[in-house]
Amino acid sequence: MADLSVEFCGVKFPNPLVLASGVLGITGESMARVVRLGAGGVTSKSLWPHAHEGHPNPVVITSEHWMLNAVGIPDAGPEKAREEIARYRELSEAPFIANIVGANMEDYAAIAAEVVGMKPDIIEVNISCPNVEDEMGKPMACSVVKSAEVTKLVKKVLAENGAGGIPVTVKLSPNVENIVSIATSVLEAGADGITAINSVGPGMAIDIDFAKPILANKVGGLTGPAIKPLAVKYVYDIYKAHKCPIIGTGGVSCGRDAIEMMMAGATLVGVGSAVWLGGAEIFGDMVKEMNDWCDKNGVAKLSDLIGKVHSA
Amino acid sequence: MKVINTLPRALKVKQIVQETEQVKTFILEGSVGAKPGQFVMAWLPGKDEKPFSVAMDNGLELHLAIAAVGPFSQAMHELKVGDLVGVRGPFGTTFSCEKGQHLAFLAGGYGAAPLYFFAHEAVAKDCTVEFIVGARRQDLLLYTEKIEALKNVNLHIATNDGSAGYAGFNTDLLTQIVEKEEIDCIYTCGPEIMMVKAAELAKAKGIDAQISVERYMKCGFGVCGNCCVDGTGEPSCVKGPVMSLEKVLKLTDFGKYHRDKLGKKQYFNAA
Repeated sequence: MADLSVEFCGVKFPNPLVLASGVLGITGESMARVVRLGAGGVTSKSLWPHAHEGHPNPVVITSEHWMLNAVGIPDAGPEKAREEIARYRELSEAPFIANIVGANMEDYAAIAAEVVGMKPDIIEVNISCPNVEDEMGKPMACSVVKSAEVTKLVKKVLAENGAGGIPVTVKLSPNVENIVSIATSVLEAGADGITAINSVGPGMAIDIDFAKPILANKVGGLTGPAIKPLAVKYVYDIYKAHKCPIIGTGGVSCGRDAIEMMMAGATLVGVGSAVWLGGAEIFGDMVKEMNDWCDKNGVAKLSDLIGKVHSA
Repeated sequence: MKVINTLPRALKVKQIVQETEQVKTFILEGSVGAKPGQFVMAWLPGKDEKPFSVAMDNGLELHLAIAAVGPFSQAMHELKVGDLVGVRGPFGTTFSCEKGQHLAFLAGGYGAAPLYFFAHEAVAKDCTVEFIVGARRQDLLLYTEKIEALKNVNLHIATNDGSAGYAGFNTDLLTQIVEKEEIDCIYTCGPEIMMVKAAELAKAKGIDAQISVERYMKCGFGVCGNCCVDGTGEPSCVKGPVMSLEKVLKLTDFGKYHRDKLGKKQYFNAA
């Protein structure tokens, strides 16, 4: 039995697999179930400072190789979040990552203040959703300046609320010219870690019989196995430049994929779309596969593999 | 069973049957390979997409019984023969039975449609079915003529106002039947408060049951998380809608609350 535990910004995880934000993550009990089935931790669906409507259906579609989603970040607001997170804590001891989102700086300040009371182990700031552009404009993660501003703001609000010690990771978009320069700007602004990547695109799928885009929002973020090489490359680039804690996410669907992401530089590995392929049960399968691989290859401690591909 | 490709298929409306004042059955050309108890997502581009239990999939046609109760179902009711409906699925679990069993079906409202589909499988397996259909009034009863025409199926009717059959709740009829007959399994689909009574009765009598639990579903394949039930934390679109009595008894939300499209609890008894 290899030691699969990892430490991310001082928070200990029994294994590196975390439920990525946006998949399941609405109810405390569903998140606790994901941990029961093998995940090392969970990330909530994006939390707003107020109720936020999502997009009408269809919101998620899949082909053999990809998933396209435009759920539109629905959330019922902080009161519901508090109740669900409390329930998760009753049922589970694995770390909880609160993913927060807003439409503007006021929203980010408000949810950063609200989330303190929910006592997350880590806060992940979503500045990169690609399917709400009609409402919110280009994601902040597309601007070096804005992504730094929102990072500074969240860190400041946390400090003012006596929660300056909660690590903050910023979730970046792959849909930029240079993801490393965005990572540099948010790290310089005080981020403790980076989550990479959010979904790609947005993309579109058209039903030819109706001659209409399938998603009600017309476009949606592309995820699933097809995007894994992009995610691995961006995690590789960010790690090479900064050697910072990274939650690597994007198309990871099996234990070998997770190890690949760690070798690129990820400490934690986000798993989301893979739930479509194997149910939440896929976490247990992946843990077993990682463990078997480590045993077979004489790896006693999985965390030794973080960034391994960078060593000479 | 694994659903990988969840893209919609455009199926042509072959026939529309007005069942009651509110309910039409849409007979679509083509099969999606649905089994009794499963559901599909029906899509009208530019309108919306909603889940519906399958009323029949015979390998050639897909039948959906749809009541005009909201903007989407009203848009469905405006369709004409020859129009297209986008269909994703089938999704979810199925009703099942053993050969030669004596079964009781409890249907409330539109719940008669999926159980009617299942009745075909049950009688093909030499089962005898006591099929209880309930509605508020006689003119709201669904599929009773179709059910009556099935061999080895005994139809029992209850209406709240007594305009047809037994005057009162259909659960009263179920109680009478399980007192009188040796029933192997109870199957129920309809309003949750009715299914709660059926589950309680099944538990008290030590009879097995399969219950169709409906929650607000978006993706249909266990990813978006909106339909997760409390007690197990499972997505009801994948681990349901049909659940065993054993599983339903573990649910802490059953009969108490469901969740809206933002994931907020909505209590059944709320005014």
